[in-house]
Amino acid sequence: MRRQLTGALLGVLLALGGARTAHAVDPTQLPDPRLQARYLALTHEFRCMQCQNESLADSPVELAADLRAEVRDMLLAGKSDAQIRAFMVARYGDFILFRPRFNARTAWVWLAPGVLLLAGALVCVRVLRQRAALLPADTEPVQEDART
Amino acid sequence: MSRFLLPLAVFALLVAVLAMGIRHAPEKGVIPSPLIGRPAPQFALPDLADAAHIVDSHSLAGHWYLFNVWGTWCVECRAEHDTLLEVRKAGVVPLVGLDWKDNDSDAREWLEQLGDPYQVVAVDHNGRAAIDWGVYGAPETFLVNPQGIVVYKYVGPLTHDVWTHDILPLVPGHPVAGS
Repeated sequence: MRRQLTGALLGVLLALGGARTAHAVDPTQLPDPRLQARYLALTHEFRCMQCQNESLADSPVELAADLRAEVRDMLLAGKSDAQIRAFMVARYGDFILFRPRFNARTAWVWLAPGVLLLAGALVCVRVLRQRAALLPADTEPVQEDART
Repeated sequence: MSRFLLPLAVFALLVAVLAMGIRHAPEKGVIPSPLIGRPAPQFALPDLADAAHIVDSHSLAGHWYLFNVWGTWCVECRAEHDTLLEVRKAGVVPLVGLDWKDNDSDAREWLEQLGDPYQVVAVDHNGRAAIDWGVYGAPETFLVNPQGIVVYKYVGPLTHDVWTHDILPLVPGHPVAGS
């Protein structure tokens, strides 16, 4: 009896696990592989507005499923990627884009890493120069383990 | 001297940036709606009270209204219901409801039991209208002016304070009536 129960439980778990690996959250298959590729790229590029650190593609919530359906329908209707992005931004704002467009408000998001990298490089160069300046004072050849 | 000055300056800058982040941290992660200042989305959906009747957004033009997105599955909608009844009682702006991805009979029962604050409720079974309004979590409330422009949006359960301090002052001719 007990063995049967564990067997049944194991079966259910395996079935669930199998279902999960077959299609994580989104089972959508578009007829044309090129459309499918664009569908995947787009749904990974949009943020799920409810669980904000997940993409539409990864989110299990109902709103994400609805928005994926919108993306699918627009692709099937022959809309371009830009049109689909514009549709989403018009409703949910720039926030829905994981890769924000470059404009006055988002400029710092794009520029900050470069500026920080440059600042880091400058600090690095300065430190190295300072250390190099210390070198000439230290011309004594290093004694190899004079104590032994 | 400058050995400490530079790191200190960097530290101060970091504090300033983080403080700015904390100050501007929106409550509950509210995201600004791109709809504000733009025409309210059009819709034509069945009336909750009578499915044969269509609620057409064109018929809403010409006067102020509050567009409230709710559902019986939404816990926080229950929390704001008393405020909605207060809004109805004030009689300043009519409430137009959007019953989002809900069961019609559940929704009717909800309004029967808790009181019906709405002038009319449109039923959005597949959630398309809600997407047009950029809704991402019920309840959400929009204030629309007679020209059909969205002037204000609130995400989360409406409270007496939000109603009297944020919404009422936006409706001309109806300054804050105490609090």
